[in-house]
Amino acid sequence: MAILLNRSTRVIVQGFTGKIGSFHAEDMKRYGTKLVGGVTPGKGGQTHLGLPVFNTVKGAVRETRAEASIVFVPPPFAADSIMEAADAGIKLCVCITDGIPSQDMMRVKRYMRRYRFEDRMRLVGPNCAGVITPGQALMGIMPGSIYLPGRVGIVGRSGTLGYEAASQMKALGIGVSTSVGIGGDPINGSSFKDILQLFERDDDTDAVVMIGEIGGPQEAEAAIWARDNMRKPLIAYIAGLSAPKGRRMGHAGAIISAFGESAQEKVEILKEAGVVIVPTPASFGEVVADTLARTKKAA
Amino acid sequence: MDIHEYQAKELLARHGVHVPRGGLAYSPEQATYRAREIGGSKWVLKAQVHSGARGKAGGIKLCSNDEEISNAAEAMLGRKLVTQQTGPRGKLISRLYLEEAVDIAQELYLGFVLDRKEERVMIVASAAGGMEIEEIAETAPDSIIRATVDPGVGMQRFQAREIAFGLGLEDNLIGKATETILGCYRVFRDYDATMLEINPLVVTRDGSLVALDAKMSFDENALFRRPEISELRDKSQEDPRETFASDRGLSYVGLDGNIGCIINGAGLAMATMDMIKIAGGEPANFLDIGGGASPERVAKSFRAVLGDKNVETILVNIFAGINRCDWVAEGVIKAIREVGVDVPLVVRLSGTKVEEGRRILADSGEAVIVADTLAEAAEKAVAAWREATKKKKAA
Repeated sequence: MAILLNRSTRVIVQGFTGKIGSFHAEDMKRYGTKLVGGVTPGKGGQTHLGLPVFNTVKGAVRETRAEASIVFVPPPFAADSIMEAADAGIKLCVCITDGIPSQDMMRVKRYMRRYRFEDRMRLVGPNCAGVITPGQALMGIMPGSIYLPGRVGIVGRSGTLGYEAASQMKALGIGVSTSVGIGGDPINGSSFKDILQLFERDDDTDAVVMIGEIGGPQEAEAAIWARDNMRKPLIAYIAGLSAPKGRRMGHAGAIISAFGESAQEKVEILKEAGVVIVPTPASFGEVVADTLARTKKAA
Repeated sequence: MDIHEYQAKELLARHGVHVPRGGLAYSPEQATYRAREIGGSKWVLKAQVHSGARGKAGGIKLCSNDEEISNAAEAMLGRKLVTQQTGPRGKLISRLYLEEAVDIAQELYLGFVLDRKEERVMIVASAAGGMEIEEIAETAPDSIIRATVDPGVGMQRFQAREIAFGLGLEDNLIGKATETILGCYRVFRDYDATMLEINPLVVTRDGSLVALDAKMSFDENALFRRPEISELRDKSQEDPRETFASDRGLSYVGLDGNIGCIINGAGLAMATMDMIKIAGGEPANFLDIGGGASPERVAKSFRAVLGDKNVETILVNIFAGINRCDWVAEGVIKAIREVGVDVPLVVRLSGTKVEEGRRILADSGEAVIVADTLAEAAEKAVAAWREATKKKKAA
């Protein structure tokens, strides 16, 4: 059933009636996502895009039995919205918002620890493109048409580079089980490792493509976990070969500030852990095709 | 966002951290006047630039009379200071800070940073101050003390005290050191800092604890709620190309190559730059045009990229999700006609409304080199750049 999201997942939108929330809500509905309502404080009781609007996430969950929420709330208020979702019993929250202060995200992560692990909401993002299970449902802002349904998982920080990878794969007839954007912020909800764990357990995924970039320890952490625990092939690209040290490359988290955070160093760590490296961003398709062919032969 | 040493010291002083007496000067006359205000017989004149390692580069001078102060100030002001951290372009010295000289008994290191692995604030301290933390990690790794703080709970007094004892300070300094560490933590938290470094934190011969230098960076995502920090921005310390772009809401980082880049999405931008490098070229910049790229925004991006005189070719790479290729194409044509693009231009469009976008480019009659894939785009850009430099040399 792919991971995180399928055609029967009941989804609400936080920041529903705003311009961006409305635009993407329509797009998600069109794609087949089971959208059941939305939340905009102060607009409860109204109907928007043919769906009920609620003042609180708790209210929305009570009335619609929503399990998942996508957040389009502006940065000053986004952390608050994520915590509201966690408290209302939402199981999956995807936060698209770019520009949330790091201290707010630290507060969110600490807040979520008050729930038992089994009851704890899974947060994806912020500053991400979202989650798509091709052919079933979309919780994000990616163009659905570039993903072919299939059996390769994608997890990446960047939106558009993920599109590039998916479209190269599509051109070779390779489809995607689920694609997850974990976002470009220094402190995020789900790490690469968290998502790899889900793909490893998923019967509908045969291999995983990890699209990392400079900055932070998460790619290396994921590679070491994969070396010790993952049976499915892991294929990875790290963006930012030409990025200078100490400069932020667009994403708040894309900055080389310590040893092991440059693209070259990360590639070395990944290679040593046995990860298949995509040598250039133009060869996602080929490398995935080769890896799948080799795995099939071996099996 | 970085701030100057004197600005960081003002913030720290307000939170109970002791700093030497000092004053700001924009001219040699002001500097000598500050010396009289401060009193004493020895002063340190410090160039205020956003960089460490100023001493080795001649940005810090010990002076003992008006003439020395005046000469040092004259030599520094208006000059670009090139340190190990600034790159060859250096940073302009337009402000000086004059401080009373301090009689140093011991130099310590104290740093606060956002730790991405722990997702907490990490405090790093060492009794081997006065050199860069990387150097301490190499030469005296056992001297490094670490503690992490969850901002949701705050720093506890015992944590600060443990660090103070760990630094091996005399008993009568433990209280002062604890207050200093807690004060620094409050500044870090209250102003949404991402880095605070006091190097060195010194024990003086008369037994006080003083922050001799201070460096701070702030979370740009939090500036909306920290207007007092936003005000401290000094544009003279930024690459003018980057100031131009950021004033127009574009995310831009200047580099040293010749192929200008206009791309949507930070990851794709980095990947395209990688691809240029692999194809044998050097990117001139990182530029993420962002979602919702209107024709106006595209034109602005061209202005930003062409503001760099080293740019000899431009590569536009758009994978449209929320963006629309037809709008981007219109923007490209608008830029050619309004901004004037006198270098080869390679455009690769993909995603939403790609057919319409390509048609607009083809029908325009403008000299746009079109590419279908990422690899082709990089190869064509590097080839066009080689061709252009050959022509330039021949001319």
